[in-house]
Amino acid sequence: MLSIKNLHASIEGTPILRGINLEVKPGEVHAIMGPNGSGKSTLASVLAGREEYEVTEGSVNFLGKDLLDLAPEDRAREGVFLAFQYPVEIPGVSSTNFLRTAVNQVREYRGLEPLDAVKFLSEMKEKMKLVEIDQKLLSRALNEGFSGGEKKRNEIFQMAMLEPKLAILDETDSGLDIDALRVVSNGVNKLKSNENATIVVTHYQRLLDYIVPDYVHVLYKGRIVKSGTKELALELEEKGYDWIKEEVDAAV
Amino acid sequence: MSKDNQILEEFTSKEYEHGWSVDMEVDEAPPGLNEEIIKWISAKKEEPQWLLDWRLKAFKTWSEMTEPEWANVTYPKIDLQALRYYSAPKKSKKPKSLDEIDPELLQIYERLGISLNEQKKLQGIAVDAVLDSVSVGTTFKETLSKLGIIFCSFSEAVKEHPELVKQYLGSVVPMTDNYYAALNSAVFSDGSFCFIPAGVRCPMELSTYFRINAANTGQFERTLIVAEDSSYVSYLEGCTAPQRDENQLHAAVVEIYAAKNAEVKYSTVQNWFPGDKNGKGGIYNFVTKRGICAGDNSKISWTQVETGSAVTWKYPSCILKGDNSVGEFYSVAVTNNYQQADTGTKMIHIGKNTKSRIVSKGISAGKSQNSYRGQVQVMKRATNARNFSQCDSLLMGDRCGAHTFPYIDIQNSSAKVEHEATTSKIGEDQLFYCNQRGISTEDAVALIVNGYAKEVLNQLPMEFAVEAQKLLALTLEGSVG
Ligand SMILES: Nc1ncnc2c1ncn2[C@@H]1O[C@H](COP(=O)(O)OP(=O)(O)OP(=O)(O)O)[C@@H](O)[C@H]1O
Ligand SMILES: [Mg+2]
Repeated sequence: MLSIKNLHASIEGTPILRGINLEVKPGEVHAIMGPNGSGKSTLASVLAGREEYEVTEGSVNFLGKDLLDLAPEDRAREGVFLAFQYPVEIPGVSSTNFLRTAVNQVREYRGLEPLDAVKFLSEMKEKMKLVEIDQKLLSRALNEGFSGGEKKRNEIFQMAMLEPKLAILDETDSGLDIDALRVVSNGVNKLKSNENATIVVTHYQRLLDYIVPDYVHVLYKGRIVKSGTKELALELEEKGYDWIKEEVDAAV
Repeated sequence: MSKDNQILEEFTSKEYEHGWSVDMEVDEAPPGLNEEIIKWISAKKEEPQWLLDWRLKAFKTWSEMTEPEWANVTYPKIDLQALRYYSAPKKSKKPKSLDEIDPELLQIYERLGISLNEQKKLQGIAVDAVLDSVSVGTTFKETLSKLGIIFCSFSEAVKEHPELVKQYLGSVVPMTDNYYAALNSAVFSDGSFCFIPAGVRCPMELSTYFRINAANTGQFERTLIVAEDSSYVSYLEGCTAPQRDENQLHAAVVEIYAAKNAEVKYSTVQNWFPGDKNGKGGIYNFVTKRGICAGDNSKISWTQVETGSAVTWKYPSCILKGDNSVGEFYSVAVTNNYQQADTGTKMIHIGKNTKSRIVSKGISAGKSQNSYRGQVQVMKRATNARNFSQCDSLLMGDRCGAHTFPYIDIQNSSAKVEHEATTSKIGEDQLFYCNQRGISTEDAVALIVNGYAKEVLNQLPMEFAVEAQKLLALTLEGSVG
């Protein structure tokens, strides 16, 4: 479904991604770990189409399409969803209004009728249960004054509403309390199917107890330097990154 | 180039939607401004002697005044002698019902999306349409008149209710007030008159659509709203003008009088032709709007959504004379391309425990200049006066300007005056966030801008708020690619 080949990207002339290769098939969960500043959020942003990043080399194919050729909104409409590490606030725009606009633009792209207010609200009610999000939060301005955890929960709620084919969760676990982590992870698991895939970016093994990955990759200095199964995450939890860094830096 | 600047670069001039004019036989004054012209207008309108005298006095006052230059706007001097001061669609007799109205006129309103017919009735709006200078149709008059409410064109009020007009005309905005008010007093063509008797709550929104049609015709509307004791009215004013190359002058005067316990809400959505993307053409909008809370516990609330005009000079104000009276000003002003707006309000606290609230949201794009100018004055007698002002500016790109000029004058030490101001830019982060959810950049801008202006839009009556939201989106449409 997603095929990243030798992806290089830089910002303001500084190379950040230096040859990423990754294959993701429908139904899979991939975890991406790695030290701070290694390029995890950059990879997510490049896939989502953030324009500050310049792709200097490589290709990304998503469901048979050249992803890098699409505008950010079209990538979203094709089914790419990014749960942001730092969701932005949009004053005065209610989550409900925002989501309705989003859902209907995505539907329009896919040749579907827009949802009327009644259908939309009942859809919302259902998805709210999934991540146990409070109605009150959704009638407020989008993310404005939300606590860190509330923002993250709202990201996953939006994901539930948009039903993406590829979801990239960038440190969704950070900021969530223990109960929220469980609830939100359960939500993500319920949304999983044989047709969609998930990439979770995290620093902590804890999340992977809930959202069990098929593969774990370590990103370091803009490259995937190690891949394995969920046991790799346990090993990292125990030993940290130093041994991997040493391996890589010695090879250079 | 940053994304913001790129957005700005791509800011296009979506051609002005209401830009066309209908060829219609007009009954018009020759160009020029002098006593003879004023007499001609007054005679044309079959006015009583006292009103002609009033006009002539205003003309004399005006002749001795000079054009104000303190506003943060620049424009070529207007040749007032080259303008025509009266232009009316030709018609043989006065229409009694909508059926008698010139179909071509109705067509204009149709094209503007205003229908005087069932639609509006269903929405419970009485529309007094003003085309250039003459009021062409009034609906709902009967329902209103049963309640003793008078809602008619200004000329009609002069004929039918001269004592009321005489009593209140110029009582809130004296002819000596300023250059443009004096000019308006001398040559005003028509406008609306509204009178709500004591104890009556007007059951519907009263609405006037203004429109400039003939070329080279200054439009000088005069609106007078009188709310007697314990009455209530919500009044809507909307305007559009067809596209013209020459700049056109618009100098209206609106006066509101609120007696004891009365409440008047005045809402405006203004989208006069702003000029093209190169700054050619457009309306000069120099308006004097003022209300007096004459009685205790009265309230006047101004809400405006300003998206049009090449140059705007407008400060809807409240004189809070009655004790416990309340004045409010809610404003969204959008400028794009070469538009210039200098707008704001004056709150004059005279009575005890008077309160005022100012919420101003400026949005600047293109190479436009957007200024807020507000004055809060607390007089000696105004014990416990309160004011809260919030002035926000939103910038799109870095070639536009936002300016804030607050003036505060306090003569009573018990006053509490708060002023908050913020300036922000539409963030790349916000746009990307919206894009990532599948929302196009254009819709994202509309969403963000409407969110920013929400506190003001919320003050508008429902149907008007929807229209205003669309207008904001339209003004900024094509701004991003
Ligand atoms: N505008 C910029 N100019 C220069 N360097 C930048 C810019 N933006 C990001 N970077 C750098 O790119 C690198 C990768 O950042 P990124 O956010 O992708 O890391 P990350 O792996 O997500 O880290 P974390 O685990 O802390 O979230 C960092 O070193 C960061 O400082
Ligand atoms: Mg990160």
